[in-house]
Amino acid sequence: MIRAHDDRRVLHTPFHSRVEAACEINEWEDWKGYTTPVAYTDVELEYFAIRNSCGVFDLTPMTKYRITGPDAGSYLDRLLTRNIAKLAIGQVMYACWCNDAGQVLDDGTLFRLDDNVYRICSQERHLDWLLWSAMGFNVQIEDETEAVAALAFQGPTSCAVLKRMGFAGVENLKPYRFDSFAFSQGEILISRTGFTGDLGYELWVTPEVAESLWDQLMAAGRDYGIRPFGGTALGIARIEAGFIQAGVDFVPAQDAVRTGRSRSPYELGLGWLVHLKKSNFNGRKALIEEKANGSRHNLARLLVEGNKPANNSFIFDRKDNLLGTVTSATWSPTTKSNLAFASLDSPWGRPGDELYAEIYYIRELKWTRVIERCHVVEGAFFDPKRRHATPAWDF
Amino acid sequence: MKRYDAIVIGAGHNGLTNAAYLAKAGLDVLVVERNPYIGGATVSRELYKGWLYSNCSYVCSLLRPEIARDLELPRHGLQVVPYGGGVTFMQNGDYFGNYADHERQHREIARHSQRDANAYDRFQADVTKQTRLIRPFLMRTPPDPTSFKPRDIKELLYLAKAFTDLGEETLADTLRFWTMSIGDFLDEYFETDVLKAHLAGSGIIGTALGVYSPGTAYVLLHHYMGDVDGNIGAWGFARGGMGAVAEALAKALQAYGGEIRVDAEVDQIIVAHGKVKGVALVGGDELHADIVVSNLDPKRTFTRIMAASDLPADVVTKAKNFKIRGSSGKVNIALDGLPTFHGLDRASELMISDMHIIDSMERMERAYDDWKNGTWSQDPYVDMLIPTQVDPTMAPPGKHMMSIFVQYVPPTLATGDWTDADRDAFGKTVIDQISKYSPDFKDLILDAEIRTPRELEDEVGLTEGNIFQGELTFDQLLFNRPFPGYAQYRGPVRGMYLCGSGTHPGGGVMAAPGANAAREIFRDLRRPNLVPEAYADD
Repeated sequence: MIRAHDDRRVLHTPFHSRVEAACEINEWEDWKGYTTPVAYTDVELEYFAIRNSCGVFDLTPMTKYRITGPDAGSYLDRLLTRNIAKLAIGQVMYACWCNDAGQVLDDGTLFRLDDNVYRICSQERHLDWLLWSAMGFNVQIEDETEAVAALAFQGPTSCAVLKRMGFAGVENLKPYRFDSFAFSQGEILISRTGFTGDLGYELWVTPEVAESLWDQLMAAGRDYGIRPFGGTALGIARIEAGFIQAGVDFVPAQDAVRTGRSRSPYELGLGWLVHLKKSNFNGRKALIEEKANGSRHNLARLLVEGNKPANNSFIFDRKDNLLGTVTSATWSPTTKSNLAFASLDSPWGRPGDELYAEIYYIRELKWTRVIERCHVVEGAFFDPKRRHATPAWDF
Repeated sequence: MKRYDAIVIGAGHNGLTNAAYLAKAGLDVLVVERNPYIGGATVSRELYKGWLYSNCSYVCSLLRPEIARDLELPRHGLQVVPYGGGVTFMQNGDYFGNYADHERQHREIARHSQRDANAYDRFQADVTKQTRLIRPFLMRTPPDPTSFKPRDIKELLYLAKAFTDLGEETLADTLRFWTMSIGDFLDEYFETDVLKAHLAGSGIIGTALGVYSPGTAYVLLHHYMGDVDGNIGAWGFARGGMGAVAEALAKALQAYGGEIRVDAEVDQIIVAHGKVKGVALVGGDELHADIVVSNLDPKRTFTRIMAASDLPADVVTKAKNFKIRGSSGKVNIALDGLPTFHGLDRASELMISDMHIIDSMERMERAYDDWKNGTWSQDPYVDMLIPTQVDPTMAPPGKHMMSIFVQYVPPTLATGDWTDADRDAFGKTVIDQISKYSPDFKDLILDAEIRTPRELEDEVGLTEGNIFQGELTFDQLLFNRPFPGYAQYRGPVRGMYLCGSGTHPGGGVMAAPGANAAREIFRDLRRPNLVPEAYADD
């Protein structure tokens, strides 16, 4: 069936009327064809809503696939590098998937909605690859990006606001769990997930009730410091949380045209997502080989001395040998430190390695170059207790 | 009588480029042109009062940016304005719009197939890998694989390194890609007929092969490897028509002190004692030079303006066997206003794009069957553009010029040679075809110039009207272009060179053959090379 023409230059999410009204500074960017705010009012205020009160982010444009059918579980086990056997209904799992060469196509979250019903959320689109991988499996794969409206609702007071909205028992949701609640003559799916590394939730509804969800959330959150936030504030929070992003920290393998530009899970610090003991999954053979022979790169999380963000910096060793480049960097307002991710040649990126970032910064049109020592950190830069505590704290 | 250092035969874009470099090096250069105007197939002419027709080549992408910059073509008046995308009109009244914007393109493909919309990204990445392999070679002389000269060995190693750098999987893809059909290639990615038909056009344009003929995948690459301002695969309009490219090159040449003589048809390249002496013009004039460069296609060069007795027998035979079959025609139309097309808003940006008719590869293959049977396609593939929506210089305000490239059109008909009546009947087929998708098109026609391979050969000089000066199949590419042993721009006679699209890297208004030939001439003269290297992209 051929759908009607859609000649619009940009798409609007189901929250657009509210987003547009709230986007006071009128700064927008394209996200998979949807126009979405870079920021609404003030990046600093938006960022501190995430870390101090609560913030709302429209994540509808995130790619979502619904996977159903009797073979859904075994299919996903073949698609993903991670063992999904223990994924219970109502549970969410972070995962990545590779091509046959063991190179990462994307990372994302897998929701087990029901016995044979799953949802994959990711940055990039993968229908072609998902269908290729589905040959021989009795599954249906459907792009439900447009059919599901979603908000990220993140921050210390997020649970208190949801309770106030009447979602009884939401505080008992453990991290990476979700549940359904009655909402507006229908239902809302609330997952304790997010991209900020803080206490937070993602709210999933049908597009028809999207505006109503936004309105009710804003009303309930008024006394809890609620504030919509855009891509820039999220970008700071996700670096603090240590989360990598497709297209920023790695080139999705399907888009890489230059030899050697794609990355394996091991090269992105995602080795913990690879379960080589599984009998068969996409990329397994290549990953076994890599495990045996060693990787070409490492993605390192770096604490950079000084206070100048190391965006796009080259990383050198003590003898000025080029080791790699920074993929993401920010000044962290919460940890009061200077953070970066860097893709480095192996074996560099080990704790204790002596690394230096070449940083350029501008003051009144004068560019200055500084060399700052970097320290490799393992795990997240910021990982508050409230992120893990169940029942969730009120603030 | 005046003696020149070098004479270039033919003022096409490659002849002009070659001459410009030679003149830049301080040589005394003359370009001789048969027609009363310059440009060859890179030409715009006022054939209807107030309208400029780019009546051969019609869009610009492959013109090497290194050459345009180096010869200061912008200062000499060349401006290339990019346009985006394409559209294919469908028999069911719908259309497929190939938007330049990635997200709109995704949405439009998804309208036909969500899977294809995503597969397009894979297609794009795979084609880009192949374009990245070929692009660095555009501004290089192909190595002779049978030679043991250090330079050839070095160049072969460079070629080998480029191939091995691709990695095993891409290398395997490359070998398949260079030899397979565009139809088979597209079938590996897509399920939607109209999308495949839309993309397949680039695989057959100017080529006497069908969408399922081996070798046509490469032809698609040839149309994807250009760029406008670094956007690989993008196409643009030369402001003032494609003639503006030739005009700018001519000005560059003249600024370096070179000369152009029009109405000067070469009867023969004069050879004595195994060396060129100059050219004899029709009418009897002789012009002398130790270097003679032919911008004509290899077949015309070796069989029409050189005596077989002056040439090695194998060259004459290879020239006769050179594959340069005509496959296309051109209709150029002056329009009283902007036509409307079924289903498409006149304000849509798709109006300023490559507009195609033929919505399935099966129809394309049938169109090719007609060619084989010795007639023009009864259901022809067309690539139409209305550049006057962007370019204010080619028609009066509110009026338009439409360039229509038509495939397939045979060089001779089953009934014999083309006649004027055949030509007009062909024109009618094309206009009727477009009218099926544009109800007001016919009423807007003020004038139409109809060109079959006969006109392209007689007026432009392209053998059989082949737009690439020889087909772009692997047996005639790289070190096999135009034929093995003669791919380094040197002819079989000392002082004689080829610089047309019949040499590496082929046609499409690249100017690379002309520049590459100049580099070889500098080498033979032991002069410093002035021809730039390709921009790097890593």
